[in-house]
This record gives sequence, C-alpha cells and structure tokens, in this order.
Amino acid sequence: MEEKLTLFKNRKRFGIEKNIDLIFKNTALALSSLVAIVLFGIILVVFFQSFESFSRYGLNFLVTSEWNPVKDEYGAFTAIYGTLVTSLLSLLITIPLGVGTAIFITEDFVPKFVREIVGSFVELLAAIPSVVLGLWAIFVMEPFFREFFVFLHKFFGWIPLFSSEPAGRNSLLAILILVVMLLPIVTSIARDTLNQVPKKLRNAAYGIGASRWKTIFSVILPAALSGIMAGVLLALGRAMGETMAVTMIIGNSNAFSWSLLSPGYTISSMLANQFGEADGSQVSSLFYAAFVLMILSLVVNIFAQWLVKKFSLKY
Amino acid sequence: MIMNSLYYQKKLSRNVGDKFFTSLSVFCALIAILPLIFVVTYILIKGGSQITPELFTLEPNPPGDDLDAGGINPALVGTLVITTIASLISIPVGVGGGIYLAEYSKGGAFSRFIRFGVNVLAGVPSIIAGVFIYALIVSTKILFGSMYSGLAGGMALSILMLPTVIKTTDEGLKLVPNELRYASLGIGASMYTTILKITLPTAFRSIATGVVLGIARAAGETAPLIFTALFSYYYIVGIEDLFYEMGSLAVLIYNFALEPYDAQNKLAWAASFILVISILTVNIFSRILAAFTEKTKRV
Repeated sequence: MEEKLTLFKNRKRFGIEKNIDLIFKNTALALSSLVAIVLFGIILVVFFQSFESFSRYGLNFLVTSEWNPVKDEYGAFTAIYGTLVTSLLSLLITIPLGVGTAIFITEDFVPKFVREIVGSFVELLAAIPSVVLGLWAIFVMEPFFREFFVFLHKFFGWIPLFSSEPAGRNSLLAILILVVMLLPIVTSIARDTLNQVPKKLRNAAYGIGASRWKTIFSVILPAALSGIMAGVLLALGRAMGETMAVTMIIGNSNAFSWSLLSPGYTISSMLANQFGEADGSQVSSLFYAAFVLMILSLVVNIFAQWLVKKFSLKY
Repeated sequence: MIMNSLYYQKKLSRNVGDKFFTSLSVFCALIAILPLIFVVTYILIKGGSQITPELFTLEPNPPGDDLDAGGINPALVGTLVITTIASLISIPVGVGGGIYLAEYSKGGAFSRFIRFGVNVLAGVPSIIAGVFIYALIVSTKILFGSMYSGLAGGMALSILMLPTVIKTTDEGLKLVPNELRYASLGIGASMYTTILKITLPTAFRSIATGVVLGIARAAGETAPLIFTALFSYYYIVGIEDLFYEMGSLAVLIYNFALEPYDAQNKLAWAASFILVISILTVNIFSRILAAFTEKTKRV
C-alpha cells in the first residue's frame, strides 16, 4: 500500500519536461510556417520590386517587344512568347515519348530487369544538372543538327515556323534540350500512375477478348489519365522555369520572329542574361518579367495539384 | 477452318496493330535512354581526358588567348561551401517542418495549407529563388555591406532544397508504424522524446536518402547562383570569403562554356565531369541503398 502511493506520486510530468515538449512542438510549428512565409515573401518581394515598371507600362508590357535599355523602353512580348512556345512545343514532343516509355516500363514486353534498367536510366537523366546539358547542347547537339536545320529550312521554309535561315543557336535547339529535361518527369509520373491502375481492370478487358493495345488505349490509359495530366502540367511548369540549358542554347535575341530556326528568348533566359548588369528601370522591368514567369508557373502548378486531388484514382 | 481460330493469327488486324504499337513503345524507350548515354559518354570522354592533378589545386586563369586555363580549385571548394550553407539552413528547417506535419498536425486546414505550399514552392522556378535573394539580400547589402556573396548563394539554394527536405521528412515519418509511437508514449515518454528517440531514428535512412539526393540536386543548380554568388577566380582561404563573390562548378561551366576560347571550354568539360560523376555516384549509391532497405524492411 505504502509502496503504491510513492509510485503514483510522480505520475504527473515535471513542469520542465512539459515546457520542453511545448517548446519543441512550437519550434516545429514555426519551422513549418516558414514555408508559407518564404512563399509569400517571394511573391510580395518580386511584386513590389516590379511595381515601378508595372505602373509605367501596365499590361502593355506583355504585348510589346521593344527592349531597349538605352531608350528606357521595355516590353517582354518576345520573352513571353518564347517561354510559351518552347515549353508547349517541347511538351508536345515529350508527351508521346514519355507515355510510350512509361507503357514500355509497365508492360511486360521484355524481362523485368531490362525494364528496370530503362527506368533507372530515365530517372538518372533527371539528375544531370541543366547547365551540363547546356554545355552538351552547345558542343554536341548544335553541330549535329546543323545540317538537318538547313534541310528543314530548304524544304519546309514556307511554314512560318521554319522560315528563317538557320544560324547557330536557336529556339528549336532549346525545345529539343527541354524534351531531354522533361522526359524523366513525364515518364516517371506516367509510370507511377500506370502501376497504380488495378490489375483486375486489365484482366477484365482481356477476359472479354480485348487485345493488349485495345486494353491499353481503352482501359488503362483512360484510368490513368488524370495522373498523367498532372505529370504533364508539372513538366510544363518546369519547362517554363527552366533556365540554364535554354539560356545557353536559345541564342538570346530579343528580335521577335515566328521562326524556330532563329535565336529567341525566354523570360528565364532574359533574367539569367541581364540581371547581373542591369540598373535603373531595367531592373524593375526584369522583376516584372520575373513576376509574369512566377504567376505562369504558379497557375500551372496549382492547377496540377487541383487535378491530382480532384481526379485521383478511386479504385 | 474452325480449328484455326484457336491459333494465333499473325495477319489479323488486331495482331498487326498490337505489333505496331509494341514496337512504337519500344522505340520510345530507346529514344528515352539515348540522351543519358550520349551525355554521359561525351562527358566521360571530353571531361575525363582533362583531369589532371593541377586541375584540383590551381586557380582558373582569366579567359584570353592564354592556352593554359589553370584549375578549378576555387569553384570546387565554392560548390562545397555553398551547398554546405544551403544544407545548414534547409535541413534543420525542413526536418523541423516535416516533424510538425507528420507528428503534430491532425490533417487540419493549416497542415493542408503547408503541404500545398511545399508543393507550390517546389514548383517555383529556380531562377526566381535567385531573383528573390537578389532583391532581399544582394541589392540591399544587408549582410554587412557585402553585395554578391557565397552566403547569399547558399541562401538561394536553400530555398530550392527546403521543399525536398520537408517532403522526405514528412513521408519518411509517415511510414513509421504507429505501434512504435504508442509503445513509447505508453511507457511514459513525452512527445519530443518519442520523436527524437523513436520515430526519427526509425525513419532516419529514408530521410537521409532523400536529403542527400536533394543536396546532390542543389550542387548542380546554376540559375540561383549567377546573380547571388556570382563567380570568383581566387582561392577561398578564410571565413571572411563567405561575404565576397564565390565561384562554383555550375557557374564555372556556364561562364566558360560561353567563352570563345578552347582552353576555357575544356575547363568547363572537366568541371562537368567532376560534377556529373559525383552527382551520379550519389544517385546510384542511394538507389542501391534504398532498394536494399526495401528488401530488409522490418515490420
């Protein structure tokens, strides 16, 4: 009896331990709120820095392509157009390639270890820094495609996209290097979603006599569509913000041209190129361009997350 | 005739179609692995042939007609310093934030908002992180009057690492079975003892793998550094160098790839070799470790 009482005498925690517990919890809370603070900080800082340019040019900034530090006239149309065109076109090439590869990895055309090797090769590609891909693009890809671009211009020059004489670095090369960078993203997300499609769907389709590819096109891909779409949107966000490889190969010219064979500009390559040595209202205009880029990628990203939540597989 | 329908018929349109799409998918996979093979081969050949002992000890010479480009010592040390700074900032913040999300939050609006914020932050273009730090630290000279500095570069990188660290901590902790937590709390341990002594050590391997991959990724990032840390040709000798321009392998590759001189281009290839080999080694190693953990997982 006596012994029991002493045992229960200390059943409450010591004050100091409670305090440590509380401090620990609140520190963790503060650290996790830091994410939100940084995120809002980025948006606010970039917005306020671009304010001067914003109040001067308004939305005209988005549709004029004059970028002249001497005359102090700024418009980012060329860069915005370049950002959208390079990212969308590269995505157009990447989607079939990436989904095709993902199907190859998830189906059983070849033994499992071959598929695993292909899968990890594609994922390792994502680990190569973009500046190294840029270096490779300058010294290997550009000379390799030079003849091809001449050919393209000669025979398809009547299409506005190929209407200019190819000369060194251009937008099409940027699109190709973007394909290399987006491929791992699209492939790995498509693969994960395809793996999640339950086996019984496939078996049911086989059971009623569908062939393998009939099953893939009519059952598996539609079931995985939302996940693949989300992956595609994430890749789009990445493509729009991608800086180094694109800056190194796109040629960096603010002269507007419809042609992919002439040098171009993207918002991020403009920032990379000019930010270091800009001053005066040019800085503010660059911040404005950065703000546009940020809004573009935020919209795409949030939409992707919404898509994942709304249409996530319900099997 | 009737018997035939039991056998595989090559010429049937569905079988022809299947063959066609199968070969198409194999073709896609072949194209997908080509870039890695090409890039790695070129880096091994062009970069590997430049590797000399002097490369690791000398300063790079300023670009010019000088045939001898020097070494990449400052950039190599700079990359190590900048990624260390980034890790020192983002690992405590990220692990702490991840602990809150996985252990304390109860799936309410706040934690959903933070998880959403983590995903959005992960999607912020890397150059925007550079722009942000430029506006906040470089242009305001808030760090004891210094403008471009290795410290600012590290901060910019830490913004990019933060979402990765939080996510891996959050997901790693969520994999720890609840029974372990109940057992610890049941014998009277407080929440923080449970987290520090039981859940974190259990999840250590998966968190560490994710964090190391995040560091490897940050080491190759260039865009946030080009106008925060800038570049430097000189040796890093002391702690005060943190407040001055600092070189890094990534920025060295960028700057020297665009130089018209052959010697500088070669140096860029050599730096790529070192960067890619270390990043791929870390990646492959942690992949093997993860696969090994999967096989030997308890519970």
